[in-house]
Amino acid sequence: MQTTANAPRSRGSVWTDPRVRAWAFQIIAVAAIVAFGWFLFHNTQVNLERRGIVSGFEFLGQSAGFGISQHLIDYSESDTYGRVFVIGLLNTLLVSVIGIILATILGFILGVARLSPNWLIRKLATVYIEVFRNIPPLLQIFFWYFAVMLSMPGPRQSLGLWDTFFINSRGLYMPSPSMAEGFWPFLIAVLLAIAGIVVVYRRAKAHQEATGERFPVLLTSIALLLVLPGASLLVFGTPFHWDVPQLAGFNFRGGWVVIPELVALMLALSIYTAAFIGETVRSGIQAVSHGQTEAAYSLGLRPGLTLRLVVVPQALRVIVPPLTSQYLNLTKNSSLAAGIGYPDMVSLFAGTVLNQTGQAIEVMAVTMSVYLAISISISILMNWYNKRIALVER
Amino acid sequence: MTTHSFKPDLPPPRTVVGPWAWLRDNLFASPLHVLLTLLALYLLWLIVPPIVSWAFLEADWVGTSRADCTGEGACWVFIKERFGQFIYGFYPQDQRWRVDLAVWVAILGAGPLFLRKMPHKAWYGIGFLVIFPLVAFWLLHGGLGLEEVPTSRWGGLMLTLVIGYVGITGALPLGILLALGRRSDLPAIKVICVTFIEFWRGVPLITVLFMSSVMLPLFLPEGMNLDKLLRALIMVIFFEAAYIAEVVRGGLQAIPKGQYEAAAAMGLGYWRSMGLVILPQALKLVIPGIVNTFIALFKDTSLVIIIGLFDLLNSIKQATTDPRWLGMATEGYVFAALLFWIFCFGMSRYSMHLERRLDTGHKR
Repeated sequence: MQTTANAPRSRGSVWTDPRVRAWAFQIIAVAAIVAFGWFLFHNTQVNLERRGIVSGFEFLGQSAGFGISQHLIDYSESDTYGRVFVIGLLNTLLVSVIGIILATILGFILGVARLSPNWLIRKLATVYIEVFRNIPPLLQIFFWYFAVMLSMPGPRQSLGLWDTFFINSRGLYMPSPSMAEGFWPFLIAVLLAIAGIVVVYRRAKAHQEATGERFPVLLTSIALLLVLPGASLLVFGTPFHWDVPQLAGFNFRGGWVVIPELVALMLALSIYTAAFIGETVRSGIQAVSHGQTEAAYSLGLRPGLTLRLVVVPQALRVIVPPLTSQYLNLTKNSSLAAGIGYPDMVSLFAGTVLNQTGQAIEVMAVTMSVYLAISISISILMNWYNKRIALVER
Repeated sequence: MTTHSFKPDLPPPRTVVGPWAWLRDNLFASPLHVLLTLLALYLLWLIVPPIVSWAFLEADWVGTSRADCTGEGACWVFIKERFGQFIYGFYPQDQRWRVDLAVWVAILGAGPLFLRKMPHKAWYGIGFLVIFPLVAFWLLHGGLGLEEVPTSRWGGLMLTLVIGYVGITGALPLGILLALGRRSDLPAIKVICVTFIEFWRGVPLITVLFMSSVMLPLFLPEGMNLDKLLRALIMVIFFEAAYIAEVVRGGLQAIPKGQYEAAAAMGLGYWRSMGLVILPQALKLVIPGIVNTFIALFKDTSLVIIIGLFDLLNSIKQATTDPRWLGMATEGYVFAALLFWIFCFGMSRYSMHLERRLDTGHKR
């Protein structure tokens, strides 16, 4: 012991020097990656040449020549592949946004239900979550599409609700609104009501800071939202004409049609993701220690206010990051649409367009970069949010 | 002197204990809860009786063909007739004992690992992990005296389990290495690992599988052709390894710096301090996260349908399009869901059990 402690520090061989080793490891790793990359690049070049594929993005300008069952912007068969890509992207975003909204609503209900003092409600929520999160999403999509939507009766025997909503094997039919004479006054009334609520909220907050008295903001807001647009409705007449789908011959006319693929995808994705969101919400609420609730009670806050002012703000800090990653998962899972032929980006662009043009590398690169861009921008947003709400500790 | 003897305790009032009190506290605590309970009961009444009557009361259980499906409910004859295909895919009938044998080897071989006290458990585990895949590959694929069964004939639940098993055993070590790389002091290694992880986590598995079927042939030299199953396996391993890496990184970050410094102070090098001090603690912390990733992986195996492998889901999908068995989609998918559910639910329960057992009471 003594000798080693007092001995002059031996330099040892070059190979035991951690700095030399670090450099050597890194050089080897980088060299291996570069060599592997060059190997792939070289093979690709040879293969492309052999198959006579010209790389580049010129194909985006060519005419596509196939029909698409759902397009949010105008499209005809003579339009370009570039437009097909935009339609696919919009369809992906459409199903993601609807799915996110539905899954959030259902998920929050489930999360709260799992903590309910009511035994039956609690158990029902638990059973829902344990059943649906343990079944692959693709299987759920198949179930809703092949076993439910496609086995629906035909248009003539479709299932109706109040004679305005109809569902059959060709999709979901619902009334579509169009502008009527009362539309603009109605819109202005709604905007005015919202502006009024903002003003009331600010004044109420200032009032509470100054005097400690609370002003019933929620009731005032509801009243504003009911009275102003209601008045416009009475004075200027209805804001919308509803075009109700009618059975004409062998199919429905008028209204909005939601294709069965979209219905199945929407149902499956929101039911599946809601189970995860429910767990996220539950763990977030449970993460707020009970002492916080007790402290709020001892300050004299009523249970409702305690929940709103003390528990929820702290729970959100825990809930929001995993919630965003669930949203991201839902968006990525929407690519499972390829399994049932919903025209999303993957099945349209990476499927049909790739098969028609053979531009595998370009098409896959574009598709993957879109998903990468979405997830990287969401994680940047998330990091920013995390920094903003992080607890400042000692 | 008189002695006082206590009278026996009175039972607690009926309003505090017993079934009635439980009912009142848990179901009818307030008017709102009465309403909620009634609503839930109504919901149950809407859902449960139709399902029970469909699945059991009015279902057909015996028969051999579509003509025997006479009841109003489910026709389980379909599942019974196609059971072999759902489990083994197109594996030759007379060779199916090999799959069964592989499963038995797995169960019997892995059994001792679940014993609490077993000498040399770690060595046995490592040995099992090395030897079992070789034995299983030989049994399933053939060669060396057994008839060869190409992977294109593998299918059904067996293929799902193969992908799940290989994916899990491949993704865990790779994921741990990636997590260590991401926390490394060497900038080049760190950049490589971060790029790898973020790339795989950013894209959906389906596009990756697409890529494996349309782009890999371009990447490889002429004449070299990877087996379809192998391509899918590589992609699944890379994809899930990235997720494991992030889970493990969470565990590594949760280990206090003092542990790293203590390991260094003991004179342990990088690999030994990681292997003996840091990782055992970090991995224990993130067991739930790792098992969740495994469950996700197992569910993701169903995506191989996209590149035309006949896993459990695809076998069932094919069977439901058989003209002799039209209209059996619900039965088929319910059966598939049940099988997937059993595996995933089992895994999640086991992870909860493991978490409790390994808990050394550091939790506040």
